Amino acid sequence: MLEIFQYGFMRNALAAGVLVSIACGIIGTYVVINRIVFLSGGIAHAAYGGIGLGYYLGINPVLGAIIFSIASSLGMGMVHRKTGQRSDTIIGVMWAIGMAIGIIFLDMSPGYKADLMTYLFGSILAVPASDLVIMLVLNVIIISLVSLFYRQLQAISFDETFAFVVNVPVDRLYLMLVCLIGLTVVMTMRIVGLIMVIALMTMPPAIAGLFVKDMKRMMALSVLLSVLFSFTGLMLSYYLNLTSGATIILVAGVAYLISFLIQKSRQKRKAEANLQSAN
Amino acid sequence: MVNQDLTPKAVIETKNVWVSYDAQTVLEDINLTVNETDFIGLIGPNGGGKTTLLKALLGLIKPTSGEIRIMGKTVAEGRCYMGYVPQHIEFDRQFPIRVWEVVQMGLLGCRKPFAPLSSAEREVIQYALEQVEMDNLSQRAIGELSGGQRQRVYIARALVSNPQILLLDEPTASVDPQVAGNIYELLRRINQTVTIVMVSHDMNAVSSYVKTIGCLNRKLHYHGSKEVSKDMMEAIYECPIDLIAHGLPHRVLSSHESEGEKHA
Repeated sequence: MLEIFQYGFMRNALAAGVLVSIACGIIGTYVVINRIVFLSGGIAHAAYGGIGLGYYLGINPVLGAIIFSIASSLGMGMVHRKTGQRSDTIIGVMWAIGMAIGIIFLDMSPGYKADLMTYLFGSILAVPASDLVIMLVLNVIIISLVSLFYRQLQAISFDETFAFVVNVPVDRLYLMLVCLIGLTVVMTMRIVGLIMVIALMTMPPAIAGLFVKDMKRMMALSVLLSVLFSFTGLMLSYYLNLTSGATIILVAGVAYLISFLIQKSRQKRKAEANLQSAN
Repeated sequence: MVNQDLTPKAVIETKNVWVSYDAQTVLEDINLTVNETDFIGLIGPNGGGKTTLLKALLGLIKPTSGEIRIMGKTVAEGRCYMGYVPQHIEFDRQFPIRVWEVVQMGLLGCRKPFAPLSSAEREVIQYALEQVEMDNLSQRAIGELSGGQRQRVYIARALVSNPQILLLDEPTASVDPQVAGNIYELLRRINQTVTIVMVSHDMNAVSSYVKTIGCLNRKLHYHGSKEVSKDMMEAIYECPIDLIAHGLPHRVLSSHESEGEKHA
C-alpha cells in the first residue's frame, strides 16, 4: 500500500487533501449551523463563471474563480441579508447566471480546454505544487480570521438579533463569513469539483454535529473526518480505477448514512432506557 | 437621596414616535418617559405593538418619525446600557453552543473584539449565572436545557453587561408557574438598581410584581401608576378574557363602569 507514496502526484494529492479538509471542516461547520447550504452551493456553481473568465483572459482559472467566487459571495450574502423570505429565489438565479457566464466565456475562448472537467468534477491527482501554495495561503487567512472573530461569528450564527443589539457588526461579519465560504469553495473545487463541493463541505460537519455539541470540537472532528474521507476515497479510486472526486463524496455519503443510523439507534435505546427507569 | 426621588432621572424618552410597517401604523404617537428604577409592565392585545415598541427602543426597527433617547443618547449608543431578553425564540436545538458561551454574548459589544476573556469578565459571567441559578449547568449545550432554564440563561446574558435598563419580552411565556415566580422574584431583586420594562400577557404577574402598568394598543396609555384606568381598559378591551379569567385583583381596576357597560 505504501508504494503509492513514492509518486510525487500522490504526495501532492495527500497534501491537498489535508489542506482542503482543514478549510472545509472549519468553514463547513459555519455553513451547517447557519443553514446556508443552498447559498454556499450557489457560490460554488457561480464560481464557474470565474473559470470561464480565466480561460477567456488567458489567466490561471483558479485566480478567475477566486475573483468570481468572492464577488458572488458578496452579492448572494447581501441578497440573503436584505431580502428576507424570498432570498433563495434570487440566489438560485445568481447560481445559474454564474454558470451561464462561464459557459459563454468558454465558448468564446479559443483552443482545446482539456482540463475543464477538472474544475467540474475535481482531480485531486492533478494538483500542482503551485496550487498547494495557494491552498496554504487561503488556509492561513481562514484560520486567522476565524480565530480572531470566533466569539462574534458564533454569536451572529446563534442569535443575530441579540448580537446586533449588543453592537456586534453583524452585517460586516456575515459578509466576511460568506467570503470565507467563497475561498473554501475555490480550494475544495480542486479536489471534488465545483458540482460536489457542497457535499464535502457539509457532510463532515453534519456527522460531527450528531456526536458533539461544542463548536470547536465540531470543527476539529469535521477536519479529521474530512481527511479520513479524502484519504479513503483517494485510495479506493487508485486501486479500483475510479474518479477520485466522486469516490471521496461516496465514502463521505456512506459514512453520513451510517452515523445517522447509529445516532437514531442510540436515541431509541436512550428513550427505551428512560421508559424503563420511569416504570 | 431625597433629591433624587423628587427629580427622577429619565433613562428612556420617546417623543412622538410613530412606527408603520408598509402602510399599516403599528405605533401611534408614543410619548413615554421611563425613570430610573421604574418597573413598568406593558400589557395590551396581540398586535397592539408591544414587541414593536421594544424593538424600536433597541434600534431593531427605525421609527417612521419621532425620536428615541436612551440615557440621553441615540439608540445605537444608548443600547450599550440596556440588557435585552427576547421573546421565546425558535432555535436549532442542535446548535453547538454552551450555556457559558451564550451568556458571554452579552459582553461582546462593549469590549475589544480580539482580546481573550479577562478574569474579571469570567467572574462577571459566573456571577450572572449564579444570579439565575444556572452556574452548575454552565458547560451544558443550550439545546439540552428546558424552556425555563433557557429563559434564565437569556436573562443572565442580558445581565452580564451590567445594564442600567432591562427590556424583557414575555419572559415567562414558555415556563411553568413556579419558574415564572422565581423569575419575577429575581427581577424584583434586580430592580433595586436596574430599570425594567417588561412586556407580558401574564396579568397576575404584572399586577403583583411591577410598579407601574402601561397599556399599548397602537397608542400608549401610561400614567405612571399601577392603576388600570378606564381608557386603558377600553384599549385592552379587545382581549377581555385575559383580564377576567385570571381574576384580576380589584385594586388594580379604578372603575368597573366600563366593564359593566360593555358586558350589558
